[in-house]
Amino acid sequence: MYRGLPTIHPKRTKKPPKIFEGNGRKVPGRIDWYASIEFRGAHQLTRRLKDVEISFPIVYGTIAFWLGKKASEYNSHKWTVYVRGATNEDLGVIVKRAVFQLHPSFNNPTRVVESAPFELSESGWGEFEIAIRLFFHSDVCDKQLDLYHQLKLFPEDENGPQSIKKPVVVEIYDEIVFSEPTEALFARVQNHPAAIVPRLPSGLNLPPPGPVNNINEKKRGDTKDHPLNQWFMNFSEADELLKLAAARQYVQGHVGKLRRQLSMIDGLPQLSKAALGQ
Amino acid sequence: MDAKDILGLPKNPFPATQEKKPRPQKETQRKPDGVHREVYALTGGMAPLMPTIEVSHLKKRQNTEKEKISWQWLPFTSSARTDNLQLYHWVRVVNGVPPTGDYSFAKYNKSVDVVKYTDEEYKKHLTDPMWSREETDQLFDLCERFDLRFIIIADRFPYPRTVEELKSRYYAVTRALLLARAPSTGDVSGNPIVKEPYNMTHEVERKRALSVVLSQTKQQEQRDAEILAEAKQIMESRMASKSAEDVELPVNQIGNEGSEATAHAESISLLNTNHLSSSTAAPPTAECTSTPASLRMLRVYLRTHALEQMVQAANSSAGLRTIKRVDQTLQDLGVHLKPKIPTKSVCAEHLELRKEILTLLNLQKQLQNREAEASVNRDNSYAETPSTPKRSYRGDVERSLVPDSAGFGGDRVGKRDHKRKAPGRFTDAPPSPPQSKRPRKLKSSDG
Repeated sequence: MYRGLPTIHPKRTKKPPKIFEGNGRKVPGRIDWYASIEFRGAHQLTRRLKDVEISFPIVYGTIAFWLGKKASEYNSHKWTVYVRGATNEDLGVIVKRAVFQLHPSFNNPTRVVESAPFELSESGWGEFEIAIRLFFHSDVCDKQLDLYHQLKLFPEDENGPQSIKKPVVVEIYDEIVFSEPTEALFARVQNHPAAIVPRLPSGLNLPPPGPVNNINEKKRGDTKDHPLNQWFMNFSEADELLKLAAARQYVQGHVGKLRRQLSMIDGLPQLSKAALGQ
Repeated sequence: MDAKDILGLPKNPFPATQEKKPRPQKETQRKPDGVHREVYALTGGMAPLMPTIEVSHLKKRQNTEKEKISWQWLPFTSSARTDNLQLYHWVRVVNGVPPTGDYSFAKYNKSVDVVKYTDEEYKKHLTDPMWSREETDQLFDLCERFDLRFIIIADRFPYPRTVEELKSRYYAVTRALLLARAPSTGDVSGNPIVKEPYNMTHEVERKRALSVVLSQTKQQEQRDAEILAEAKQIMESRMASKSAEDVELPVNQIGNEGSEATAHAESISLLNTNHLSSSTAAPPTAECTSTPASLRMLRVYLRTHALEQMVQAANSSAGLRTIKRVDQTLQDLGVHLKPKIPTKSVCAEHLELRKEILTLLNLQKQLQNREAEASVNRDNSYAETPSTPKRSYRGDVERSLVPDSAGFGGDRVGKRDHKRKAPGRFTDAPPSPPQSKRPRKLKSSDG
C-alpha cells in the first residue's frame, strides 16, 4: 500500500525557509516539495487521475465526563467533541480547519479549530446534535464536508450510578473519500500514514512523495498520545467482513437452489406434454 | 423526571422558596377541599412557576412615587385631513400636560406621486392611437384619487377597459415622461419602470394561466400529480440503470460457486485487511468503476453517504415491501443495516449482499409464480408428474430459509388444494375418476 520511505530528491538540498519556522500552521516541507517539482508544467499537476480514489479513515465522536461533586444544574458534564484519524494519524494533511456548530445556548456557538487535532472541549448539561464542517486545503478540495453527531452525556443504563472516572464515549467510524484526485494531491499524500492510496498502474510518472512528518512543527497533529486516547475505540473491519462473507455464502447457496428448482419446473411442461402424447 | 431536571425545578412538588411556601400552605389549610382539588387538577399538582400576583404588593404599593395621570376628552387635529373637521377623543394627560404632536395615525396616510403632464408634453410624447386625450386624463385623475389601486380604477373608469390596459397605459405614460424629462438617460436607468416596462400581453397570459391552475378540478390535479410522479420514476430508473451499468458485477456467476465461497471465507481470516480489498469475490477492476457519476461529481464525500446512494439505486427497482423484506433478511442474518465499520471492502460486500438478497427474493417470487402455473397445468393434463419428491424437497428449503418465507410455503399449499378442488372448471369430466383424482397415489403404487 505505501511505497516505503521517501527518497531524498537530489534537487532539494536547501533547508526550509526560515519564515515558516515557529508558525505551527504552515507546513515547510510541503512548500519546499512544491518548489522541488517546479520543472513540471502546472497543467500536469492539476490533471485528475481517472477511476482513482484516495480515502482517509476517520473517527469522530464525543467523550463526556460527569463532574460528580462539582456538577451544578447547568454544568453537569465536561465533554470533548473531535475528529481524528482512525489510526490516530494527523488529519492536518488534508483538513485545513474544522468548524464545530454547537447548540445556540452556548456562547459563540460556532467554534473554529484551525489546526489538528480537531477537537473542542466544553461543559454543559444537555445533549444535542453537533454539526462538524470540515474545510480542506486548497490543493485537496474546495468543497466542505459535513458530519453530524449527537452528544451523549448519560450512559445507556439510565438509573445506574454515574462515575467521574468512566466517561460516556460515542465514536463513529467513517472514511473521507476523494474521487479522481489531482496528480498533485496524490503525489503529496501517497506516503502519508493517514491515507489509503491505491496502487497506480505503472507508466504514470508522478513526482516523488514529500516528507511524511515534519519535525519543525511545534504542535503535533496526530492523536497517538492524546490525553483521552485510552478511551479511543479500535475499529477492525475483520469481524464485519467475516459476518458479511458468511451471509453472502448463505444467500448464494439458496439462490443456487432456487435456480435449480426453477429450471426443474421449467422442464416440467415438456414432461407432461410428453405424457399426454402417449 | 428528566424534564424537571432540565428546567431546573426541584423534584418534589412543593418548592422550598420563600414566596411559594405560604400559598400552598394556605390552600391546603382551608376547609372546602373541593375547590382547591380542582385547582390542583388544573395546574397538574404543582405550584405555579412564577408568582402571578404578589398579595404583599397589592397592599403596600399605591403608586405614590409616579406621575399623576388623568384622562380627558379633548379635541384634536390630524394632518391627514384636508378639511377642518374638529374631532374629539380621550387623551392621557400626564401631570396636567396634554400630549403634543400630530395625530398618531396621520403618518399612515401615504399617497402615490402620480405624474402630471402638460399639453405640450402630451402632444410630444404621449399620444397613442388606442387612447384619447380625455381617457388618459380621466385615467390619471382616477390614479391620483385611488392611489394606483387599479382594480378600483377599472371599476370607476367610465369607458370599458380591462385592468391590464389601464396599467399598460399608465406605465407607458409614466415611463415616457420620465425618459423625456430626464436630463440624460443614465439618470433614470435605475428606475424600475424604465428597466422593466410593463408588458401587457405577458400579464394577460400570466393571469390566464393562474386562473386555469386555480380552477383545476380535483381530477385534473390528481392526473397532473400522477404524470409528474411517473416522470420522476422514469428519471430515477434512468439514473439507476446508468449506475447499474457502472457497477457491472455479474450476479449469475455467484449462484454456482458454493465451494468457492467457503474457500473465500477461510482465506479472509488469514489475510490482513490490506489484501482483503482485492481478494474478495468482486473483481478489483470493478471497484474503480463502481463509483457512479453522481458521486464522482461530488469530489469529496463520506463512504457512508456513498453506500446509501448505491443502496438506494439498487432498491429503486424494488417495491417498498421488497425493500422491507431485504432489511428483515439482513437483520435475521445478523448483519447491521448500516455497517458499523464502513471501509471500502465492507461497503462493497454489504452492497453485494443486498443485491444477492434482492435476487433471492425475486427468484422466490418467480418460483411461486411458476409453481402456480405448473399446478394448473398438472391438474389440466392428468400427467404423471414427480410431484411428491419435488414437494418434499421444496419443503426442506422453505424450512431452512429465514423465517419470513415459512408462511409463504403454507400459502402455496393452500393454493394447490384450492386448484385441485375445482378441476371441473377447467376440464371436461375425467374419463376414469380414480385415475385422475389421485394421480399421486397411482404413481407411488406403480413405484
